[in-house]
Order: sequence, then structure tokens, then C-alpha cells
Amino acid sequence: MANILVVTEHIKGNFEDISFEMLGLARELAGATGGTCSALVFGAMKSNASQLGAADVVLAADAGDEYNPEEYSAIVESVIKDKSPDLVLIGSTSMGVDIAGQVGTTLNLPIISYCNAIEASGSAFKCTSQLYGGKLNSQVQVSQQAIVMVLAGSADPETGKSGGSASLEDVSAGKGAGKVRFKTLIEPEASDVDITQSQVLVSIGRGVGSKDDIEAIEELAESLNADVSCSRPIVDAGWMSKSRQVGKSGLKVKPKVYLALGISGAPEHIEGMKSASTIIAVNTDPQAPIFDVAHYGIVGDLFDVTEELMDELD
Amino acid sequence: MKILVLLRQVPDLVEDLEVDDSGKALDVSEIKFKLNEYDEHALEEAILLKERGEADEVVALTQEGEGSEKVLYTALAKGATLAKSIAISGEASDSAQFAKLMAEAAKAEGGDMIMVGVQSVDDRDGQLAPIVAASLDMPCISAVTGVKVSGNTASIFKEYSGGIMAEFEADLPAVIGIQAAEQPPRYAPVSKIKQIQDSAEIGSLSASSSNGASSIEVLALAPPPKGEGAKMLDSGKDLLDVLKDLGVA
Repeated sequence: MANILVVTEHIKGNFEDISFEMLGLARELAGATGGTCSALVFGAMKSNASQLGAADVVLAADAGDEYNPEEYSAIVESVIKDKSPDLVLIGSTSMGVDIAGQVGTTLNLPIISYCNAIEASGSAFKCTSQLYGGKLNSQVQVSQQAIVMVLAGSADPETGKSGGSASLEDVSAGKGAGKVRFKTLIEPEASDVDITQSQVLVSIGRGVGSKDDIEAIEELAESLNADVSCSRPIVDAGWMSKSRQVGKSGLKVKPKVYLALGISGAPEHIEGMKSASTIIAVNTDPQAPIFDVAHYGIVGDLFDVTEELMDELD
Repeated sequence: MKILVLLRQVPDLVEDLEVDDSGKALDVSEIKFKLNEYDEHALEEAILLKERGEADEVVALTQEGEGSEKVLYTALAKGATLAKSIAISGEASDSAQFAKLMAEAAKAEGGDMIMVGVQSVDDRDGQLAPIVAASLDMPCISAVTGVKVSGNTASIFKEYSGGIMAEFEADLPAVIGIQAAEQPPRYAPVSKIKQIQDSAEIGSLSASSSNGASSIEVLALAPPPKGEGAKMLDSGKDLLDVLKDLGVA
């Protein structure tokens, strides 16, 4: 019998999809083992508890409405102590990375990161983690209370919305030492192009060697009536603006066609583009994980393929 | 204001990754290691703070071993004020234990801020920043893309999904998990690294592993199961045919 606790995430008053995905996984595990599935919500999110339909119990913690790594970690810690769940699911996200590591260390619990599948195996759990940029999967087994960090996209968010009773329980919890204070949320700068609305995206990654090389890609995009987007390294290198970034910390896109040039397909990138109707990948590395999600692929140099395409288009 | 930057070497993903005979771990005999790219950003952010006058010292730390001298001399060439290698006795059985060893070394060195890369490709058992922070009873903020220090507090900019950011204020000392520095990591010319090698000294720290077994049992490490996979095309011409069928060319 496995009792699962899901630590929900919210932003601007809405639950993030990862909350529903984790609840879906928790519901399945609880169902398979005859256990229960509870969801922890913070501050004003209590009033949205009914959305967490897969939870047997929604635990509502008195907290600031905005995420605070110190305060929320302290709350998770005291709820784990109080409720003794067998497994705690936390998002493999910007917020989750703060909470899981701190709580796991303080309570001396094992942490399993980058997990995309969990299976009950007797009284133990088997978890699959995506490591090395998605090139290898690690399967581990844990036979004690543990924290699992769940990657976005591991379950259908719809599965987290029904199947439980979502009864509400207030929990009192620690607040932390007040060393971290939330100041403000900062919205992204307005962009000339909204890539979430683009029908066709030509997207570039690390395979582009220099900023000057982007011009050839822009020409190709123009010929295809496409917009240019990119993966994280291109933004970090300062070659394109943040508003063009696809992925976990960038934007989620769903164009009709996504042409990925020189993008290896790390899980953080896949998260942002896997909903594209048709994915076409060009990469020199035949092992690149992008080929696992692509519908069409070419193993080759992105500039050779771009040049050949331009020649054919002329 | 003294910043410690913890640097890790990780497998270069450009390489073909092979699993060893146990079927549970990476075969590291042939592969190339490189500095974790998020750690490069952590170092860059620390050096930026020093250049802006918000920090006085930047101390680069890394585990002693193959390639560690190159990592540290490069950090000095980029602008770190001091570099030390950490001799670890025993072996960390997972990334959580490794993080606790790093915390021990960081504590011995002492600092007002610890900067590390937000994640690495192999930290399966938890990320470095929050584990170091909890081990040293310091606050931690990860996924950070900007830091400003003023006296004993720091303004910290944390990235959420969809390009939204949050600003926090934190009392120092604190641990920061850097997602990206405010500017791309600088390049250190080989000539400068050579020059540093001749003039600078690398200090040393030590940390000892408790050799505790991991409570996580590894069953297997393997390439992900292949789905249907992509239909492979031979040329740009074939690709154009596909694009035409899809109505975009």
C-alpha cells in the first residue's frame, strides 16, 4: 500500500501542468497498491483545490501566495514529517530543484532526479531517469521513503484531474527562517514574433557554430514562410533573444512543422516542442535523442542540408 | 565578499556514450570529460560580480583528478582570484554524497556566496546547489540568471517557464544554482592559461567520504527504448518533397 504525496506548483494563480501530471502518476501508483494520493497546495491555491480531482486529499498549507524556495521547502519538510508518505513527487522544474534537494538533505531521504516513469514493485518503486541529455536511461529501485523529481511530459495532465475525492484538509507547517524574501514577478519582454503562434518553425541549436551562420538559416526560414526559433545554448550565447527560445525555460510551441537543425534533443528542449504536428530533425550525431521524437530525420551537417534545400527551392 | 564557485567535469555528450560491463554505469574509460557548461556560467557570473565591484574574491574549487588542473588554471585565466583542488578520500556513491563532500570543502574554505551550475547531465541523485545549501544550513535559490549583491543581501533573479522571472532578496551567505550568467561565458586564450600555469599556484582542500552505500539501487543504464523513430531521409531533396507534402514549400 503506497501513500503518495504530490507537491503542486502554481504560477500567477494557476496550477502548472506538472502538478496534474504528477497527480496522474500518483493516482495510478495509489490505485495499483491500494494506497492514497494526496496533493499539497500553498496559500491561495487552496481555493482551486477542486481542480486536483485525482487527489484523495488536498493538503492546504498556510503560505505566501508566491513561491518562496525557503518557505515552501520548510512546508514540504514538515508535511513529510507529519504525514509520512511513502513517496513524494516534486517537479523536475525551476521550483522543484530548490525544494527536492533541500528537503531530501534535511530529512536524509534519497532523491531520484529526471524521472519520467515510476512503477510499484512490491513495497519498492522502480523509477526511470533520463540522464546524459536524454542519451541514456537509468533504472533504479528504492525501497524506502524517497523523493522523486518528475520531468514534465511524463503523464497526460488530464489524468490528474479526476478519480479521487479531493477532500480538503488544512495543514500547519513551518515557515523557514525568513532569509529569502519574494520581491516581484517579471514578465518577459514583448517580442516582434510570437513563436507559440507560428505554423512553421525553423529551429536552431548548438550545431550552429557562430552567430554569422544564422543568416543562412534566416534565409531558409523566409523561403518556407517560417519563423526562426532556437534551443537554450543559442540564447545563452547571446545570438538570439529569449523570446525565440523553445523548451523548459523558454516557450512551448506547437507548429504544424518543426524543423530542428543541429538540436540534439535534450529533455529540456523536447518538453517545449513535442506537440508539433510534424518534427523534422537534421543532426550530425545519429545517436542524438531528437531522432526519437522526430517524424523525419537526416543525419548530416545542417548547413549542407540548408544549402541543398535552398538550391532546390530556387 | 568572497564567492566560491564549485566546478564539475562531466562526460562530453558529443561522444558516443557506452555502458560498462556491469550494465549499470557509464563506461568512462574512453570518453572525454569537459567542464559542466552550467558551471561555466556560474564562474562567469561570479567573475562579473567581482568586476562590478560587488565581490572581492572568486575562489574556484574542483575535485582533484584528471583534468582538474586545466579546469582550475582556466578559471584563473578567466578572472578567478584563487583556485583550489579538493582531494576526496574514498568515493562518493551518488551525486547526493558528492554534493555533501563539496559542502564539506566549501565549509572549510568559507565564503559569503557559493555559486554552482543549476544541474549536470549526471546528477541523478539530486542537484548540487540545494544539497550543499541544506548541508551548510544556507538558503538556496536555483535556476538563476542574474545576481546583484549589496552589503549582506543579494537580489536574485530566478527563471520560471515561459520566460517569466521572479526576483528574490536573500540574506548571505547563500547558495545560488546558476542557469545562465548575465553574459555568455568568456573565453580564456591558451596563451593566457599557459602564462597562469607558470605563475599561479593551485591550493588544496580535502574532504572524506563516509563511504555510505547509496539507498538507491541501480538496476540498469541503457539507451532509451526506441519508438518507431524517425523515417530517415537521404538528402535535402527528399526533405523538400516532405515539406511539399506538408504544404510548406
